[in-house]
Amino acid sequence: MTKRFVGLPAFTFSIWIFSLAAGLLGALTGLGGGVVIVPVLALLFHVDLRYAIGASLVSVIATSSGAAAAYVREGFSNIRIGMFLEMATTVGALLGAWLTAKITTHSIAIIFGIVLVYSAWATFRQKANEGRLEADRLALALKLCGEYPVPQASAEAADEYIAQNVPTGFSLMFLAGTLSGLLGIGSGAVKVLAMDQAMKLPFKVSTTTSNFMIGVTAAASAGIYLSRGYITPELAAPVMLGVLIGSLIGSRLLVRMRVRTLRLVFALVIVALGIEMIFSGATGRI
Amino acid sequence: MRSKAELKLDTAVGYGLRIGVTAAAIVVFAGWAAMLAHSPGSVADFHEFHGNPALLTRPSTIFGGAHSMLSHRIIMAGILLLIATPVARVVMCVFGFAVEKDRLYVMVSGFVLAVLLYSLLFRA
Repeated sequence: MTKRFVGLPAFTFSIWIFSLAAGLLGALTGLGGGVVIVPVLALLFHVDLRYAIGASLVSVIATSSGAAAAYVREGFSNIRIGMFLEMATTVGALLGAWLTAKITTHSIAIIFGIVLVYSAWATFRQKANEGRLEADRLALALKLCGEYPVPQASAEAADEYIAQNVPTGFSLMFLAGTLSGLLGIGSGAVKVLAMDQAMKLPFKVSTTTSNFMIGVTAAASAGIYLSRGYITPELAAPVMLGVLIGSLIGSRLLVRMRVRTLRLVFALVIVALGIEMIFSGATGRI
Repeated sequence: MRSKAELKLDTAVGYGLRIGVTAAAIVVFAGWAAMLAHSPGSVADFHEFHGNPALLTRPSTIFGGAHSMLSHRIIMAGILLLIATPVARVVMCVFGFAVEKDRLYVMVSGFVLAVLLYSLLFRA
């Protein structure tokens, strides 16, 4: 494989374009554009995996914090549930970040590929959960309950819910955090899975709470990435700016576009990248 | 149930995050533009991992008085600002819960804050 050296401006600009596309598609399809940053950087731009996950993590914090204002204002996300579960995700993130130095990049690439394929599959099998009101002692003791606005004629309309299966949800969040720290991703898919399927929270509560937890989880591993030198400015700058602007544009366009085919196409792209990551990791290319 | 106070806190937190991210993005952009302006001939090779120059890996040296690698350090400063935004959010939540006299969640959010601070003070 011949090594072609590209000038920094061209390189950095191309990365910016790809990141813009990733952010745009991620916001339009709801599949999280950041998840393709690492594969694109590693496979296309031949960037070492550690630099790639560093840059990706930065973009994850940017989009999460940037979008958070909208989710919190809507009244769907539950700060207590989010904060409680963040106890698990942040510790998991520390573990994940620690692991990046301990396991080979080949293994990281394979794990990444598996997570990619899983995320694509998971977003299509989701069915909106209505939320449960069964009393759960642990949930009530920890105040893991709430209400969310229901768009109905009646002025009083607000649906109540109580979290279920708290220990399971907590453990899944630990896993989500570990994956986030290990792979430089947001782990939104796993977080929503934990809240939606395990804890039986209403779907919109799960997705909005997950979105605003992602930034904190990423921040937990960011410090470690920083001190290890994974976050390099030449890469992190274009990725962060590209994904941020792309997702801002994407969320504006969202109202007007029909996204079903786009989702399918993007999901296929993610699956293809996932398989490519697994092969590259297995054959030692990454 | 979302009390008025809670809604106020949530909205404040949301706006704070937006402001933090925007400020961070502006700083990063400035550094990036400066970097490109100063190195038109540089070659881009990130195939091998060498870590980062030590100057760029710690807040103390990123903000320090030295003049070398200024554009790189501006970018890193912007990234630090970005990382600070979710940390600031947790801090605001600690205060918010304290105001609501919710001791349990002051401790919960305090724990999360401790984990974040540990990560930021970490030395490889």
